[in-house]
Amino acid sequence: MKNRSLLSINDFSLDEQLKILTLAAEFEKNPTQKILEGFVVATLFFEPSTRTKLSFESAASRLGAKVIGFSSLATSSVTKGESLKDTILTVSNYADIIVIRHPNDGSARFAAEISPIPVINAGDGANQHPTQTLLDMYSILKTQGRLDNLNITFVGDLKYGRTVHSLTIALTQFNTTFHLVSPVELKLPSYVKRHIKEKQLSYFQYTDLLDGIPQADIIYMTRIQRERFSDPIEYEKVKNAYNLNNSMLINTKENMRILHPLPRVNEIALDVDNNPKAYYFQQALNGVFVRQALLAAILGVK
Amino acid sequence: MEYSNQRKELKVSAIENGTVIDHIPANSVFRATRILRLDKMENQVLVGTYLDSKKYGKKGIIKVSNTFFKDDEINKIALVAPSATLIVIRDFKVVEKKQVEIPKKIEKIVKCVNPNCITNHENIPTKFDVMKNENGIYLTCLYCDKNTSKENMVFL
Repeated sequence: MKNRSLLSINDFSLDEQLKILTLAAEFEKNPTQKILEGFVVATLFFEPSTRTKLSFESAASRLGAKVIGFSSLATSSVTKGESLKDTILTVSNYADIIVIRHPNDGSARFAAEISPIPVINAGDGANQHPTQTLLDMYSILKTQGRLDNLNITFVGDLKYGRTVHSLTIALTQFNTTFHLVSPVELKLPSYVKRHIKEKQLSYFQYTDLLDGIPQADIIYMTRIQRERFSDPIEYEKVKNAYNLNNSMLINTKENMRILHPLPRVNEIALDVDNNPKAYYFQQALNGVFVRQALLAAILGVK
Repeated sequence: MEYSNQRKELKVSAIENGTVIDHIPANSVFRATRILRLDKMENQVLVGTYLDSKKYGKKGIIKVSNTFFKDDEINKIALVAPSATLIVIRDFKVVEKKQVEIPKKIEKIVKCVNPNCITNHENIPTKFDVMKNENGIYLTCLYCDKNTSKENMVFL
């Protein structure tokens, strides 16, 4: 993986994805190692993202790398009209690897095309967010002890949720059974279902949250965003339909865990937070280990 | 085949040397000229539209003097004229005749349909894989991965 860019989860083979998860487990045991001393990581965030940016910077710092970058357009030359190309070519003189979050689809792939140093996509518009997918896979592996033959329930906005699309496609490598709970308006798009069908895996679609709970090994919750609805009345109808609360978890599998890419609004009630089945905050922590693994692998020290 | 025999009937006069692109859908002729950048060409270009055709009802034809296209150049027009025939003329004689082929990849000539695609925000040449399904040809953007269907193709 040395010097390779990670733009979409498919840029890494299954073996490489699993190697990253193994490396992440090593970093979880020993998170502070100065193996990236002397390296500079540039984090270019053209739109805000607290979690992703901080977890990359935490990952880099714990490995001894220096971090440079910007987190909003106000502190970058973009406000002066600088093109993405010029920003990337300039920054690649200052750093050994670029981490980029950008509002336009395909921006990270373009950056990688022109950059002489490797690029990690930390989210390009509605398109890809591969490091989230890897940390979700790591969280599933860690809580279930395996990735194969699991029942995974996705809940909420399955139409626009880019994390759901990438994770679904990644999980088709592991004989997953998919349970898809969403309002009719926000069903999983057919291009993602095609990946499930190509692998001849089973999927079930529900509109009632309770139908997707008892069989689940993992419940992956997502936020339903108001701006996805052209009709505000439709939003009002569905917004409270997918609120997971503690009383719904009584008949769940012993080892079931709840994931959420965060930020959460009201789709998981606060009374779930203290339930041992709630895993979303540890999931966010796992992001640091997975990003340590990626930085170390791509910079060639692991 | 003696090309000069047909000359008296031709609506678009014959050329001595060059390329004839025949059987273009009548309404795609000008798009084809743009794709081939014929507007920038300093050779004679003869264009006919809505000519009678036994095979197609109405068709278009383009004749370009003293110009011989490479396959990958000419195949770009397959997007708008998959039925087009390419005829190479030397000394008024047909020396080669073949169908255009749909290319596997195309660059620069079509706009990505996704308004949020980086190619619509920065000065970047578009790149697509040319795909085919039951509804015909469509393009998959190599940057944003979104599909541009035939109806949505806007030529740059």
